[in-house]
Amino acid sequence: MAKIIVITSGKGGVGKTTSAAAIGTGLAQQGHKTVIIDFDVGLRNLDLIMDCERRVVYDFVNVIENDATINQALIKDKRVDNLFILPASQTKDKDALTIDGVERILSELSESFDYILCDSPAGIEQGAYLALYFADAAVIVTNPEVSSVRDSDRIIGLLQSKSRRAEKGDTPVEEHLLLTRYNPERVEKGEMLSIEDVKDILAIPLLGVIPESKSVLAASNKGIPVILNDQSRAGKAYADAVSRFLGKDVEHRFIEPEKKGLLRRVFGR
Amino acid sequence: MGILNYFRSRDKGSASIAKERLQIVVAHERLQRNQPDFIPQLKREILDVIAKYVQVDQEDISVSLDKSENCSILELNVTLPSA
Ligand SMILES: Nc1ncnc2c1ncn2[C@@H]1O[C@H](COP(=O)(O)OP(=O)(O)OP(=O)(O)O)[C@@H](O)[C@H]1O
Ligand SMILES: [Mg+2]
Repeated sequence: MAKIIVITSGKGGVGKTTSAAAIGTGLAQQGHKTVIIDFDVGLRNLDLIMDCERRVVYDFVNVIENDATINQALIKDKRVDNLFILPASQTKDKDALTIDGVERILSELSESFDYILCDSPAGIEQGAYLALYFADAAVIVTNPEVSSVRDSDRIIGLLQSKSRRAEKGDTPVEEHLLLTRYNPERVEKGEMLSIEDVKDILAIPLLGVIPESKSVLAASNKGIPVILNDQSRAGKAYADAVSRFLGKDVEHRFIEPEKKGLLRRVFGR
Repeated sequence: MGILNYFRSRDKGSASIAKERLQIVVAHERLQRNQPDFIPQLKREILDVIAKYVQVDQEDISVSLDKSENCSILELNVTLPSA
């Protein structure tokens, strides 16, 4: 039985796909058979972030509509063992995802995978709803910024009332806060909400804090999940978050302003 | 205080302003989403009835449902303009 994890946020562009790629890769690196599903039908992007855009033959919707089998649509990652991607459809419209279709595919994948990550689209429409409906755990990706925090709170509300676990009265969906694009220098100056501020408002456990980092854009330019860059602070912070997800007690890093040496001040990093 | 300092000192507090505003809006929205679905419609209809007699706005009316163990209390507050 796989554990189903939704990567969600409400607000767009906060780092869901970046996080899904990093966390999925991290779980696979730890030996867990993992599949990342792109739920962003019509706006496929996970394939680019994972550098498999030229290998897409069939997609999620083809499988739902029985035009392909799951095994035909799954793309095996070339760098990391145990890692697979199920790409979103680029052409079909959003209503192509149905609750029965999604359920059938998740339960089929459940038989052979340890973790199923659902990369949610932005918003609270059908795609986002289906991505979270079957979740056992949710990673709520939040930027330290008012509209992102507010939207995260709405998504938490949906998880607590509209998910399958909520509807059935099962144990609630596990909630994990992932604070991304965090800039400790700006927090120190009082220009940006702090970790404590966001925790106070959302009141869910903190999985990790990913610093704002140039290496994230560099990684997406190349199609390499940032967690594979062990020089990158964001990559290291994602690796820590994965360890915490797997139950390890790891201290948070990169949450205080950096004491920049002269070289770093000149060249930046 | 120079103009530069003025902006600096305002900047210093912007995160705490953000937090305050968020606390208020999030608390408000949490209350709303725990309300039954019929409340907004009920509110509009009450507004229509009252509007026949006095001029009030949507925001002058608050409707809430409090559940306790063996009964629910529907609370209706209307702020009338001082005539
Ligand atoms: N920690 C970070 N530091 C710097 N840039 C980041 C960080 N995390 C994400 N970004 C950038 O933010 C942008 C949006 O990221 P991403 O596509 O992962 O967001 P998303 O939530 O999946 O967006 P959408 O809602 O459109 O699906 C990208 O350009 C990405 O490079
Ligand atoms: Mg995305």
